[in-house]
Amino acid sequence: MRIKNRITGLLFIGTTAFSAFLIIAVIILLLVIIIIGGKETFSWKFLTSFPEDGMMKGGIFPAIYGTALLVVMMSIAAVPFGTITAIYLTEYASETSFLAQTIRFAVRTLATVPSIIFGLFGLGFFIKFVGGGMDNVFLGGQLKWGQPNILWASLTMSLLTLPVVIVSVEEAIRAVPREMREASLALGGTKWETIRRIVIPGSRSGIMTGTILAVSRGAGEVAPILFTGAAYYLATLPTSLSDQFMNLGYHIYIMSTQSANVDQTLPIQFATTLVLLMLTFMLNLTAVVIRSRLRRKAK
Amino acid sequence: MDSSIENTGFVFSKESLRKKFRWSEFLSEKIITGVAFLSITIIILIFFFVFRETLPIFKQKKETVTIESVQKQEQYGGAETSEQTNASGQEQYGVISKDTMMIENRVMTEDTVVHGSDEATVKSLMGKEWLPVSDRPRYGLIPLLVGTMKITLLAILFAAPIAILAALFSAAFATHWMREIIKPAIELLAGFPSVVIGFFALMVMASFFQNIFGYDIRLNAFVGGMAMALAAIPIIFTITEDALTAVPHSYTEASLALGASRWQTALFVTLPAATPGIFAAILLGIGRIFGETMIALMATGNAAMISANPFESVRTLAATIGAEMAEVVFGDTHYSVLFLIGSLLFVFTFCLNALAEFYVKGRLVKRFQGK
Repeated sequence: MRIKNRITGLLFIGTTAFSAFLIIAVIILLLVIIIIGGKETFSWKFLTSFPEDGMMKGGIFPAIYGTALLVVMMSIAAVPFGTITAIYLTEYASETSFLAQTIRFAVRTLATVPSIIFGLFGLGFFIKFVGGGMDNVFLGGQLKWGQPNILWASLTMSLLTLPVVIVSVEEAIRAVPREMREASLALGGTKWETIRRIVIPGSRSGIMTGTILAVSRGAGEVAPILFTGAAYYLATLPTSLSDQFMNLGYHIYIMSTQSANVDQTLPIQFATTLVLLMLTFMLNLTAVVIRSRLRRKAK
Repeated sequence: MDSSIENTGFVFSKESLRKKFRWSEFLSEKIITGVAFLSITIIILIFFFVFRETLPIFKQKKETVTIESVQKQEQYGGAETSEQTNASGQEQYGVISKDTMMIENRVMTEDTVVHGSDEATVKSLMGKEWLPVSDRPRYGLIPLLVGTMKITLLAILFAAPIAILAALFSAAFATHWMREIIKPAIELLAGFPSVVIGFFALMVMASFFQNIFGYDIRLNAFVGGMAMALAAIPIIFTITEDALTAVPHSYTEASLALGASRWQTALFVTLPAATPGIFAAILLGIGRIFGETMIALMATGNAAMISANPFESVRTLAATIGAEMAEVVFGDTHYSVLFLIGSLLFVFTFCLNALAEFYVKGRLVKRFQGK
């Protein structure tokens, strides 16, 4: 009986360990295959040159530039709003109030809405309603803002990444010791002064983590920009807010499914995937390091 | 001490202790509260605008219904309408007579030719064919729903056991250094863009599984399901692990003290105590798979057909939006139907989230508080 018990136990523990091992093995396999597939083509020239011969050769500079522009504009919109929402939730709202709980539920819902829905919303709200409205009012119906462009794509993406910022900043604000706040208040500082001089500087690393995680998410998402601004191929870089742009993830999707010569461009696809993976990987790693330092400090 | 206060001339009174009104305080509080409403506003706006673009379908439905009923009253056209459906039924099979049948159809419904196409749209929503770009567009959602469910089922059947077992390993059996590897690795997987997973599935997994199982169609529901499982595993793992570590120590200690071994404690005490949390994890995993667009677009083959075979191509709801929205004319029926699909996706994931939130989490807390 005892031996049978022991064998069952070993089998059970073995199964759980095998599951964990399987996940890690698949992750390593994915990384290795993409690195091997992409390392031949990957070079400095690949990163800094334009596509040539109808995207059959050449680099991916416009896609990198477009992605960078997208995440910068997205952060400008998402980080301040996310930070302020986090400040409200931690400093002003009481934990049990109906309003705070509703906001929390909204934030969590926002985090679970499928990304394609944000794309639909961007199309229906930003492009058709806001953009179309701007065209009618300012340009007399001439089509300029009522079509996909980088501004609407960034704003759509900022809605998607808002919850990421809120959650990270909230955690950081909670890590600011209560004594510091109390000291500030005891010295005669008002609530707003305390927030401005103590809470926000104290949670700077959290705001940083939130921004990095949001950028990493925004750089990798493709579904929201499929029809709000990403372009298949552009000969020039976007120069104004009403221009379309190229994007790394969209580039991978187009090259691997919509192009006529999928096999010939395979090295380019792997190299582009490698670039995107490295980008998100490094961003996530930085965020994890900052966050673990923050958590250690909080203890 | 008393005298020093008197010397400065400062006296505490009701007046001096009252909170002063400051504009900066007032404004900052109001602005911060206002901004905090933003996330609620966004949710409401998403609801509103995604549904708004869907509405034209239902408006047209009302019109056509009234027209139809009027016709019936005047001409007793019961026989004629049945003939019409007959004709359209044959049209799919008839090869030579196809064109003539179509013409007959047009002639018969000449008066309502504009509404006729819309009528067909609304009727075809429940149909078994998704052919949005054809002479007679058909928008049957059934194959898309079946495809989505097939993928979701396959992915969750694979992802849930693996993620839950791995979480159990990490929470109950793993040593400290193992946990230091597993958790960042899962976090890393969670950070992979779905387009990267889709690309991996398209280029590597599809060929790999084809070599093993020897099926004909390279991109199919099985490949898509496996790739989706990769996307769902981090969510299920993280929430399950949280639920497992939240089980009070007194539970496990009591079990160990009564002579149970570690694996018995994990399997018969910790795991059952965390079931509501695990249930929530699976629900959120389903939500993720259901709405996943890029993997579905790249790895499932995108053919709208109804079949139970996991090795046939499927087309999911989300992938349909992603593939077709860029090519439709703003405001036409196809456009509205795609928004209808979006509304379905949104409502479904919203309900899943609400269920996981209120029902499951509430129960978990109550159980640990011993109520």
